[in-house]
Amino acid sequence: MKLNQIRMVLFGSFLLVIALFGFRLQIEPFEPYDQKIPNTDLSFSMVPIPAGAFIMGTPSEQKGHQVDEAPQRKIQLDAFWMGTHEVTWDLFELFLDKNLEIGISTKPLSHQVDGLSRPSTPYLDMTFGMGKASKPAVGMTQYGAIQYCRWLYLKTGIFYRLPTEAEWEYAARAGSNESYFFGSDANLINDYAIYIENSNKTTSTIGSKAPNPWGLYDMLGNVMEWTGDFYAAYEDDSNQNINPKVVSEQLYPQVLRGGHYESEAEDLRVGRRFASDPVWKQLDPQIPKSRWWFPEAPFVGMRVVRPLKVPSESEIHAYFDRVPPADF
Amino acid sequence: MNQRRKFIKTSALIAGSTLLNPYVLPKAFATGDDVIKIALIGCGGRGTGAVFQAFDTGYNIKLVAMADVFRDRLDGSFAPIFQKYGKDKVDVPEDRKFIGFDAYKEAMKEADVVILTTPPGFRPDHFAEAIRQNKQVFMEKPVAVDAVGIRKVLQASKEAKEKKLNVVVGLQRRYQDNYKETIGRIQDGAIGDIVSGQVYWNDGGVWVNQRTADMTEMEYQLRNWYYFNWLCGDHILEQHVHNIDVMNWVKGSYPVKAEGTGGRFTRTGKEYGEIFDHHSVTYTFEDGSVILGECRHFSGAHNRVDESFQGTKGRAYMNAGNRGQLWDAKGNSLFEHDGKGNRNPFQTEHDELFKAISSGEYKFHDTDYAAKSTLTAIMGRAATYSGKVVSWDDCMASELNLMPDKLGWSELPKSLPNEEGFYPIAVPGKSKMI
Repeated sequence: MKLNQIRMVLFGSFLLVIALFGFRLQIEPFEPYDQKIPNTDLSFSMVPIPAGAFIMGTPSEQKGHQVDEAPQRKIQLDAFWMGTHEVTWDLFELFLDKNLEIGISTKPLSHQVDGLSRPSTPYLDMTFGMGKASKPAVGMTQYGAIQYCRWLYLKTGIFYRLPTEAEWEYAARAGSNESYFFGSDANLINDYAIYIENSNKTTSTIGSKAPNPWGLYDMLGNVMEWTGDFYAAYEDDSNQNINPKVVSEQLYPQVLRGGHYESEAEDLRVGRRFASDPVWKQLDPQIPKSRWWFPEAPFVGMRVVRPLKVPSESEIHAYFDRVPPADF
Repeated sequence: MNQRRKFIKTSALIAGSTLLNPYVLPKAFATGDDVIKIALIGCGGRGTGAVFQAFDTGYNIKLVAMADVFRDRLDGSFAPIFQKYGKDKVDVPEDRKFIGFDAYKEAMKEADVVILTTPPGFRPDHFAEAIRQNKQVFMEKPVAVDAVGIRKVLQASKEAKEKKLNVVVGLQRRYQDNYKETIGRIQDGAIGDIVSGQVYWNDGGVWVNQRTADMTEMEYQLRNWYYFNWLCGDHILEQHVHNIDVMNWVKGSYPVKAEGTGGRFTRTGKEYGEIFDHHSVTYTFEDGSVILGECRHFSGAHNRVDESFQGTKGRAYMNAGNRGQLWDAKGNSLFEHDGKGNRNPFQTEHDELFKAISSGEYKFHDTDYAAKSTLTAIMGRAATYSGKVVSWDDCMASELNLMPDKLGWSELPKSLPNEEGFYPIAVPGKSKMI
């Protein structure tokens, strides 16, 4: 009798584990998917980026090579999904404005989403006259970009974050060792990127050019994209060549990648590194300066990734809770 | 050698002007080693930013007094200033931190130059007092919220000119290279006479401060000042005055009448006080040219903050992101400003003001155009609130005074909430707002 009960409990537990595991498998095959924003008709798409190794950085003989792109070294990365597109204003504005989010949601906001710390309303027009619908959100700080990921996490229960610099370059290269993911012929850029020669000095709607071989649009050009990394010299250290990440308490400089709508061809190279600059906030007339906005960086945007291996709850909180120093 | 000669020349000029002028310049800084003492009146984010910019001019400046109605705002401003510039530059002991509605008078006495960055409703009284006390001034826009205030500012402006007191107003587009370059060419006739234009400040709106149980009505309105006309004047003044000022600058004159439409459509909660969330105003100038001024606080809608003009020979476009471009009538580009590495206009305002002050020069009298551009915005508000055509002359002569009869924590502003906390809102066709 007692034994039977134990057996039943064990069997029940077994079924439960199978059910949960099956459920997990069902919703998380490592395939492309659309992430819906609950209770709205908005979504964004993600594609799987397989685990693998690549050579990060560029050789000195590459046209346009900069010293900070060396030394080249072999990097090993775990698998992750990456946003097919740069984050649009359509999505970012829901995070920016709670009233707007409430306005287009079919259900009340959860307690956590309701209480979330959101960007200060910018005094200036942060679209810089370039428009909103299907256009990349621009001008956010790295902190603002990370807090957008927190909002997504609270909305969806799925941990999204900024790519590390290595993840970004790996995904952008999509297997290429050359200047661009399509080779080294700068004449082909017009097929793949919004840049100085075809942008008319404004951002374009996302996905207006062909994607890279891994299905990522606008990796080069349109807007520069935030990484989560601090801008530091590359070091070929075998201890740091697996899932490298550089974190600092300093506010500047942080790494952005990919060039933008006013970049020249050489600045669109997959290995090209950009560093955030306090001058992007000089037009903020207030003190302390906003921790959310760069009024002189209309070329800065973002794209999210989702690691296949989900970090622990405490790691997730540590990632979102990091508050940057006040900016004067 | 050159510098030496310039120094002597400057000193001679000052001596000369002192002899000729019944008023003595408050202080001459021609030697360059005298400290320029500044006082901050209105310790919000913008005031704090202005003090940073004053220090960043590199002149020998010392902050000696601060004033605000709220102790917490003053402390919140003092902390970052002190942290960044230290005790050599920031000499504001407890007895020079002035709190209250009259604090500005005391703080000004300590300084040579005053920075006026309270909500705009207080500006006329503060500016008049600063000039009465012979202070040089940096003040933020708009410079008043009603015509009574504008007349006070214009009167004080006259006095400032007689006393040769420099006044810079924070309409920073006047100090921004793309605007100066582009408008300079327009005024030289590059696109003929300006016959029409469209100037916009359409975006998602600004901050809100919520009422708490312990606040008196006066404190609440001060804390949430953006939404009350006696303090802010409505966003058609507080923000759109920038674009309206560009319109007047380009035209080289002021409109003779305004008509328009406006209301509250998306921003209807009680925390938004009494201001509209959109205004669209047609301004007509003496020469018959017509310019549209539109401002809108709709979150989620398309943003547009810029200025366009059409002339008899071409057209122009400008925005605060360092853009400035001219085309001929066929659309061929005549001029495009290179915005790369342009100076920060907020810094330029202070660089130029303190350069003039430190060399004893009298150079800046921004008050008149700032007051008249503010009045242009007031005229637009009068048009959208009343639904009537409003002339410049009637607007300038208006006796509407939005300021409370008395200022004090238990005094009442003129606009008060009903039992549910909602404020009276202007109704076009019914309301009188002139």
